[in-house]
Amino acid sequence: MDGNLNALTTIFTEFYYWVTVVFMFLIHVGFCMYEVGASRRKNHMHTLMKNVMIIPLVTVTFFFFGWWIYWAFPNFPLFGGLDLAAGAANLPWSETMATNAGDRITGVFWAAFLLFSWTAASIVSGAVIERIRSSALWVHAVLIGSVWWIIDAAWGWHYAGWMVQKLGYHDAYASGVIHAIAGGYALGVLLVLGPRLGKFAPDGTPRDIPPHNPWMVTLGIFMIYTGFWGFYAACNVPLISPEVIGGQITGTTWTATNIYLAPTTLGAITFNFLLSLSGGLMASYMVSKGDAFWTFSGGLAGIIGASAGNDLYHPMQALIIGAIVPVIAYKLHYWVERKFKIDDAVGAVAVHGYAGFMGVVIAGFVLWGAPSSPFEGYAAINPLGQLVGAIIMFGVLGFLPGYVTARIQAARGTLRIPPEVELQGLDFAEHHAYEDAVAEITAANAEHLKSK
Amino acid sequence: MSTIGYESWAVDMADVGAMYPFQGAEVPMVIIGVVFWLGWHISQARRETAHFEEVAKMSDPEKVAKMLERY
Repeated sequence: MDGNLNALTTIFTEFYYWVTVVFMFLIHVGFCMYEVGASRRKNHMHTLMKNVMIIPLVTVTFFFFGWWIYWAFPNFPLFGGLDLAAGAANLPWSETMATNAGDRITGVFWAAFLLFSWTAASIVSGAVIERIRSSALWVHAVLIGSVWWIIDAAWGWHYAGWMVQKLGYHDAYASGVIHAIAGGYALGVLLVLGPRLGKFAPDGTPRDIPPHNPWMVTLGIFMIYTGFWGFYAACNVPLISPEVIGGQITGTTWTATNIYLAPTTLGAITFNFLLSLSGGLMASYMVSKGDAFWTFSGGLAGIIGASAGNDLYHPMQALIIGAIVPVIAYKLHYWVERKFKIDDAVGAVAVHGYAGFMGVVIAGFVLWGAPSSPFEGYAAINPLGQLVGAIIMFGVLGFLPGYVTARIQAARGTLRIPPEVELQGLDFAEHHAYEDAVAEITAANAEHLKSK
Repeated sequence: MSTIGYESWAVDMADVGAMYPFQGAEVPMVIIGVVFWLGWHISQARRETAHFEEVAKMSDPEKVAKMLERY
């Protein structure tokens, strides 16, 4: 860190990402609260532990191989080999993946990506509550969190990714690279896993399974909003000079950039985050006739729908896109539920999968012809490139691996809990120490009352 | 002798790189971590399967009915 300006920039960038990571932790807290609140009381401890253990399992595997994939895979396998040179510094045994005064930022940058990994896994976790085996979900968590999403990030969320170069793929705040892939993956698992017992009447009519704690769900979604704001900041490079970018930008004016090193501002993403949230809340309130949970989820779907282009949109564009996307996602959710008997317990496929898919496609039209990158020779943003990109995210890297892995688990009998356990509730079956203790202390108090 | 390679901080920070214990043993340390991770999955899955089998066998209709009432 020679020179004061260089030192200041390094420390500022390091601290900037560190703060975003702390904010993003709230996403996981929010997901835990949402899932636990949405589950029935007899399953709440199991639901909590299923989600909490995503944290260590995805963290260790993202250290072992996830981070290396991001640097080694931008053109692999379709347009080149593994980039072993870029990957070398990010191998788990590299000196820079540890306490190292010569490299101050790798750990913080790694953590920012890791928090996205937790999110991808957590989205899948919510959809499958109350009937999946924890051991099965945790295999999915590792696969989506440390393999599939980070491959899509290398391809479409990296300044040198082949999707950016060849397709002009643009997805600044991860409509596709996090949300569409996780929603698609969840749908693949749900198709094999099947609905919760009692979800559908004998004639196929879906039954509502209401949350056991609506306030916990509410707090959870507000925490997700807060963490999502931190996620937006984490997707940017806060300050960089044209010289360091090394692309076509001329002059000496420093700028913030998106993940592709193309210019944006923190002001732009603040406008657009809030306007797309507002559009989502307003439209979802109307379409769901004031249903609290769909209104909250629709706010999230509004942001997700506008995220692909929120680095460049006008706030009114973010508002309108944020309003349209959740309405379609809401309608699709109920259509798929009725038609295919899919029991998505928290609407994750709709809010993340369908909204993310639409967000990527819409950006292709609204940003048609805009440069996808500051580097020469890259395709411009275009509708076809975005559509192909959305299909890759949702279908190829999301749905397909989720479906195949779940089929393997189902064939081995390791996907779903036994029906006897599902009826009793997982807390009695697996976390019975808690239920036993509750029963014992309740009986003791009743006995005490009787003796008076 | 120091496990981190420095016995004092009388150094120019420009020359300081890695400063964790047992440098050079990174690969074995990672192998230990991977074994711990995989071992955890295997052990947890076995325990879970055994437990579900036991619970399914011991299923008590009265308790099940009580749990159904609790939502």
